Amino acid sequence: MLNFTLWDILSNLLLAARWTVLLSLIAFVSGGVAGLLLLVARVSPVPPLRVAARLFIEVFQGTPLLMQLFIVFFALPLIGIETSAWTSAAVGLTLFTAAYLAEIWRGCVEAVPKGQWEASASLAMTFPEQMRHVILPQALRIAVPPTVGFSVQVVKGTAVTSIIGFVEVTKAGTMITNATFQPFLVYGLVGLIYFALCYPLSLSAKALERKLNVAR
Amino acid sequence: MSPVKTPLVKLSAIRKSFGPVEVLKGVDMAVEEGQVVAMIGRSGSGKSTLLRSINGLERIDGGVIEVDGECVDPGQIDLRALRQKVGMVFQQFNLFPHLTAGENVMLALKVVKKQDKATTRAAAEAALAKVGLGHKFDAYPSQLSGGQQQRVAIARSLAMAPKVLLCDEITSALDPELVAEVLGVVRKLAEEGMTLILVTHEMRFAREVCDRLVFMHGGRIAEQGPPAELFDRPSTPELAQFIGMVEAR
Ligand SMILES: Nc1ncnc2c1ncn2[C@@H]1O[C@H](COP(=O)(O)OP(=O)(O)OP(=O)(O)O)[C@@H](O)[C@H]1O
Ligand SMILES: [Mg+2]
Repeated sequence: MLNFTLWDILSNLLLAARWTVLLSLIAFVSGGVAGLLLLVARVSPVPPLRVAARLFIEVFQGTPLLMQLFIVFFALPLIGIETSAWTSAAVGLTLFTAAYLAEIWRGCVEAVPKGQWEASASLAMTFPEQMRHVILPQALRIAVPPTVGFSVQVVKGTAVTSIIGFVEVTKAGTMITNATFQPFLVYGLVGLIYFALCYPLSLSAKALERKLNVAR
Repeated sequence: MSPVKTPLVKLSAIRKSFGPVEVLKGVDMAVEEGQVVAMIGRSGSGKSTLLRSINGLERIDGGVIEVDGECVDPGQIDLRALRQKVGMVFQQFNLFPHLTAGENVMLALKVVKKQDKATTRAAAEAALAKVGLGHKFDAYPSQLSGGQQQRVAIARSLAMAPKVLLCDEITSALDPELVAEVLGVVRKLAEEGMTLILVTHEMRFAREVCDRLVFMHGGRIAEQGPPAELFDRPSTPELAQFIGMVEAR
């Protein structure tokens, strides 16, 4: 039987962790853009848009991420859209992120006093103008801490993509365990890698929140 | 023969309900250019609701609102033209806290009126100077007193060159010592011929400055006329009681 040094294991895990990081970044950035569009639809004065956005958000918040990934990975090919594990993971996580960020941001938009809407409306501004110049700049300030906080969920969410065969750090851990028969060591290291990624994020979310409370 | 003057603001049979409660029960009112009208009445009599329906902040259930030829679109799809003719100042100022006083005034000029930078800047400086705050152009709302914030809010509305300015209890949130500076600005506007519709509890001010007093009661206009007449010879018991109540304070 082959012998694996600790470094062999760790270096392989770290190589796979690059994909965890990359997938997190993609999901977070594209999910952020999609989430912003979803948010605008969700608070818009156009009822069909509001209903559609709300439905999307409810569905993605009300079902497990794993289900969502299965649907993207297994169901899309059935209707003729071929997907790799990589694109399925990216698309699935993006939609998941978009739904959650839109909902987090909606809370921030609703925290902006009604008088701000009324004053800008009285100045003859349209809904997009109100959002762009009055509401979002104020909502953004309070949105930063919970948004950074949510990025932790995205990083942890990438672990689920191992089930559809995407080789990120969890999947790599499983593969290495199968070769080394050292699950404690390997998954311990996997856990440490996640912690190293997530802990700074939650720390900075807390720091940002403190800063915001002081600034008030 | 003088031509028939069409009123600047014309309200006909305005009705409005919140759920099962009918708050406006058919209000008719006409305001001519240059007139200063004060609305008084008990809390809950529908003053704010009426004022807010004039610029479409409340959607009316019946009746017609016309301002300088612009109708309030019943579906309220496009209120842009109307709202450029109707300015509004609120009890709570509602300045944009992330913008300076100058930026507050310039925002809609830039975004709505699409004026260029220099024009916008000049208009904002003039508007702030008019309310005595030319030197506060770069101050944020949080750095201003309540009275100053309200004057910025007035300047922000005025800069849009509205045909009529609606003021809903604009001194009610102010400390007593700051009320006079805001009323002073309104008085000056009235003297310059600005058309004003005010909801106010400042009876002395209403008496001195307004051409007409409108007494609202239970979602209707119970009585209206020149302030002195209404104050001295109220013809409804409700108004007599209201005046007694206000003066007892
Ligand atoms: N958005 C709303 N939803 C439900 N009811 C409302 C709403 N706005 C106002 N009302 C009700 O309508 C009635 C009239 O309110 P309005 O604010 O017009 O009175 P007002 O004369 O301005 O009183 P105040 O002097 O207290 O400002 C009140 O009974 C109030 O509770
Ligand atoms: Mg009111």
